[in-house]
Amino acid sequence: MTWTWFHRLASPPYIYTLAARLTPWFAWPAGLLIVAGLWGGLVLAPPDYQQGDGFRIIYVHAPSAWMSLMVYTTMAIAAAVGLIWRIKVAHAVAASCAPIGASFTFAALVTGALWGQPMWGTYWEWDPRLTSELILLFLYLGYMGLRAALEDTQRADRASGVLAVVGVVNVPIIHYSVTWWNSLHQAPTVMRLAKPEIAASMLVPLLMMLLGFTLFFVAILLVRLRGEVLSRERSASWIREVVSA
Amino acid sequence: MHDERLDVENLHLWRGDRHVLRGVSFSLSRGECLQVTGPNGSGKTSLLRTLSALMYPEEGRVLWRGQDVRADLAAFHGALAYLGHEPPLKGELSARENLRYWIGVRRRIGSRALEAALELVGAGAWCDRLVRTLSAGQRRRVALAGLALLMVPLWLLDEPTTNLDREGQQLVADLIAEQRARGGMVVTAVHHELPASLRDLRRLELRA
Amino acid sequence: MSRVVTRIADSLVQTDTAPSTQTPAGPDTAQASVLEAARLALARDLRLAFRKRDQLVQPLAFYAMVTMLFPLSISPELSRLREVAPGVLWAGALLASLLALEFLFRDDAYDGTLEQYALSGQSLTWLMFAKTAAHWLLTGLPLALMAPLAGLSLGVPAAALPGIVVSVAVGSIALSLIGSIGAALTLGVKRSSALLALLTLPLSLPVLIFGARATQLAISGGPLLAPIELLAALAVLGLTLAPLAAAAAVRISLE
Repeated sequence: MTWTWFHRLASPPYIYTLAARLTPWFAWPAGLLIVAGLWGGLVLAPPDYQQGDGFRIIYVHAPSAWMSLMVYTTMAIAAAVGLIWRIKVAHAVAASCAPIGASFTFAALVTGALWGQPMWGTYWEWDPRLTSELILLFLYLGYMGLRAALEDTQRADRASGVLAVVGVVNVPIIHYSVTWWNSLHQAPTVMRLAKPEIAASMLVPLLMMLLGFTLFFVAILLVRLRGEVLSRERSASWIREVVSA
Repeated sequence: MHDERLDVENLHLWRGDRHVLRGVSFSLSRGECLQVTGPNGSGKTSLLRTLSALMYPEEGRVLWRGQDVRADLAAFHGALAYLGHEPPLKGELSARENLRYWIGVRRRIGSRALEAALELVGAGAWCDRLVRTLSAGQRRRVALAGLALLMVPLWLLDEPTTNLDREGQQLVADLIAEQRARGGMVVTAVHHELPASLRDLRRLELRA
Repeated sequence: MSRVVTRIADSLVQTDTAPSTQTPAGPDTAQASVLEAARLALARDLRLAFRKRDQLVQPLAFYAMVTMLFPLSISPELSRLREVAPGVLWAGALLASLLALEFLFRDDAYDGTLEQYALSGQSLTWLMFAKTAAHWLLTGLPLALMAPLAGLSLGVPAAALPGIVVSVAVGSIALSLIGSIGAALTLGVKRSSALLALLTLPLSLPVLIFGARATQLAISGGPLLAPIELLAALAVLGLTLAPLAAAAAVRISLE
């Protein structure tokens, strides 16, 4: 039946070797795209007429913010797959996602704060995007905290999986409520970290960065996944074969 | 109703790196009692928890009336009573209240049935005392009263004679005999042998 | 001996609506309905809480303490306190309900009650719903009833108090439900209180936002229906999803 490929895909030894084989296919394009995107964004693109060169941090900030959400969604989907079909490898994927996502979230917060300094004259403004991002960081920390607190790997997988699914349902609600909250309190004259009107010469490098970050995420995920599979299967016989080979 | 049987096929259970259950198989039909023995850490409790479908085995399955128990978990659990190491009682409630809530969640019980069950386990004199004031053996007796009230075909008992005096141990043996006579089944993990009055016990030895 | 057991079986059949042809070891025709089961689970938790009142008293005392921190740390001037009152009232309610979550499952996990619920053949989702309802009656509702006192001490005008009671009552339903997920997820964890806060607070922030807004509008005399409706929407969403998630989490903790 069609399930055979599914179970072959879900078997740890297969995933381990597959991840090793796939990694360069994502890592190299990611590196090229990021270098090209940075060059396009930091050198070729003209300065913004309002913000001057300060806007250029968007080339790191926006892809990081984008990835922070995408990684969370990926994590929740992997966790749901693991919960529903009891596939251990899916849980390993979810577990590997969390620290990557938290790092992207942290990067988005730091670059947002650095961007805020020239824009608002302060490093931290309770801007709705930054606030949502901060809450997202807490969601990641909660996920990783729960994983770390549960000693049994299976229980940690499944409990944190439920949390990820609950979290992903809540992310839009949190985002909406924070936007709503902000619209009540913020004077309309204050500039937000909104998408600026963007020229093609600015947009193309941004898209390259987005794609580059996405591929970079997949590459890192594959590397982390191999580590995760190794540590979970440490007593299995195929590990010895792989290591001695 | 007459095809009640429990079939256990090749259970393998891992806890972390530990291979706890290594291919456990057995079948139980009406009126049979299986005594599971083995040293500490040999997986007696894990086996009972896997049979009750609390734990998921890595391999193998448990069949109730020929059907995988996971196909209709509610029906299987409705036919099963599980008594763990500790009697599931609240210290702040009396023995009688405990039974009313614990069993009442599962089936309607009249006060006469409740009285009779308390009488049966010798709890008549102290059934209105708060459970936290009772001794461990008395609590165990309250749990046995609950078992008698549930009237289900499959009992999973984890060390049912713990903390019981000789008379209490005989009570366990009588309850098991009664359950078998009714066509019920019992799987019990034991450390101390069950009283000799129980005959034709089947045995399953787990190794550490 | 066997006569006694037979008597139990007989009286069971008599007191039940089940047909008398039932064989004792047959399928359980006297099975309690899911609503009866939920009612008993709820009644049990209420009775336990009234026997041992720490569950009732501690969150309320905590709420009063948190409220007292602000006059002492900001200023005793009521006009200034009135400005921060919505925040104080809601941060206090959030923290007090978080504290109360410790009582939701801990004892039941310890004494095996949760295990019996999971093996009862009844819907664990409904039992979780019943437990959460009991928890709200024991902590959310008392907090809502105490909020006016806390409000008065912060210079909130009397006209605002009904609005505050309603918003805390509705909001705390959502808080209890969200909290039930966190409490169930941290069941296997030793020293879980910090982790419980980390899991629960981010998910509770929408409740804080809408609740504080409703309170603010109540104080300024504005129309507070919209935020209360949003709170109610969160509560309804929680009612449909949280017991499911909590039941899944409880089963995981028993594996």
